[in-house]
Amino acid sequence: MLDLDLDTFEGPFDLLLTLILKEELRLAEVDVADIIQSFSSRLVGQKRLDLEACGEFLVLVGAMLEIKARELFPEAGADLADLTPEEAAEELAERLEAYRRMKSAAAWLSERLESESDRYFRLGPAPLAPPKPELQIARQDPAGLAGALRALAVEPPDVSLAHMHLHFPPVARFLERFRSLLRRRRRFGFEDEIQGLSRLEQASAFLALLELCKLSELRIEQQAPFGSIGVLRPDVERSLA
Amino acid sequence: MTQPTPTLRLVDADPLERLSRTLEALLVVASTPLAVDELADAADEDEARVEAALHLVGERYSEGRSGIVLEEVAGGFAFRASRAEAQACARLVERPVERGLSQAAVETLAIVAYLGPCTRPDVARIRGVAADTVVAGLVERGLVAEAGREPGLGGAVRYRTTELFERVFGLDGLSELPRLDDLGDGPAEIRARLDAVAEHRPA
Repeated sequence: MLDLDLDTFEGPFDLLLTLILKEELRLAEVDVADIIQSFSSRLVGQKRLDLEACGEFLVLVGAMLEIKARELFPEAGADLADLTPEEAAEELAERLEAYRRMKSAAAWLSERLESESDRYFRLGPAPLAPPKPELQIARQDPAGLAGALRALAVEPPDVSLAHMHLHFPPVARFLERFRSLLRRRRRFGFEDEIQGLSRLEQASAFLALLELCKLSELRIEQQAPFGSIGVLRPDVERSLA
Repeated sequence: MTQPTPTLRLVDADPLERLSRTLEALLVVASTPLAVDELADAADEDEARVEAALHLVGERYSEGRSGIVLEEVAGGFAFRASRAEAQACARLVERPVERGLSQAAVETLAIVAYLGPCTRPDVARIRGVAADTVVAGLVERGLVAEAGREPGLGGAVRYRTTELFERVFGLDGLSELPRLDDLGDGPAEIRARLDAVAEHRPA
C-alpha cells in the first residue's frame, strides 16, 4: 500500500481515505498533488506496473479531486453547495461501490466467457429476407376518383364563432333568487322557476341549485329520474309529493 | 413404383414430425437465433405447434446425442456445435469476437449490459477513464451497437449490447445476468471495511 508523508497527514493511503470518510480530516486541507507525487515515485521504483492498482488509485484520486473541488468552490451550483461533508463522504463511498459492482459484473462475464469458450456457432451476415409480395391494387374507376376529388374540392363551411360570443348568465343571480324564494316559501318547484328561461340560463340556475345544496342551504328531491325537481328548506321534513 | 416402408409412412403421417423437419431446415439456413414467432411465420404454422415441434427438435439435437445442438439463446432458437466437438471446431475456425478482450473491454461490456442504453460519458463516469476507444472496439467486434441518442440537440450516442453478445456469453437474454445487488458490497460495507483497516493500523 502507498505510504504518504504530507504536511497534514502521514501514513498509508487507505487510512487517509478512512479519515476523510470519518470526517476527521478535511479534504480541503489535503494536498492531492503530494499524494500523486508519492504514488508516481513509488511506481518508478517498481519493475512491473500493477495496472489494477493504478486504475483503482486513479478512480480514488479522481473522486477525491471532484469532492475537493466542490469544497473549494461552494458557490458553484446550488445543489453542489448543499453537499455536506457527510454527503461528500457518502458519494465517495457510493462511487467506489458503483465501480466495484461493475468490476464484479465484469468478473462474472469473464468467468462466463471462459465456461462458454467451447460454444461454436455459425456467424455470418443476416440472410436477406425474400421480397414481400407486391400489394395488388384493385382496378380503379377514373370517374370515381374524380367524384372523390370533387367532394374534397368543395369550399368548406365557414367556421362558426358563435360560441365565442356566448354570454353565460351569472350563477350568483340565481343563488340570490333561490335564497329569497326559500325565505318566503318552504318549498318550490325548480321547473316552475326556470320556465321561459333560455337554455344557458337554465343551466346557470341548475348550477346555483347544486351550489346551494352543497352549502346545505336547501334540499333537493326528485321522485324519479327526469322527474320534476322539488326544492325544500333544509329543515323541512321530506314530503311525499 | 416401390411401396414406401410402413415405418416411413408413419413418420410422414405425423404432422408434428413434419413440422419439426421444417424447423430444422429453417434453423440451419438462419445465421441468427430465430424467435418462435419468426419460425411460425416462416413455417406458416401457429406458435403453439411450433413450440411443440421445437421440443422434438431439441430432443433430437442435444448434447451427447448429436454433433449439432439446439439451444435457446438471445431470445430465440439456434443450432450450435456440441461442446464435445469444440476441439475440432477450434482447429477449423477461431472465435474472433471474444479473442483478446481486455479487462477494460469486459468492464465496459458489463456497464453497457447492465445500464444500457448508456453513453460513453456514462461509462467513463463509472470507470474513471475515457471510454471512446474501448467502446469503438466493442462496436467493431459487434458486441455493442448504437441505440439512438440522448434526448436534446446534439445528445450523446447511446449504446446497448447486441444479440451476438448474448450468443457469445450463452445468455437467453439480459435478464439472465446476475442481479447487481448480489455483486459487490454496498457503500456501508465499504465504509465499514475502511474503518476496520484504520483501527488495525497505528495512526
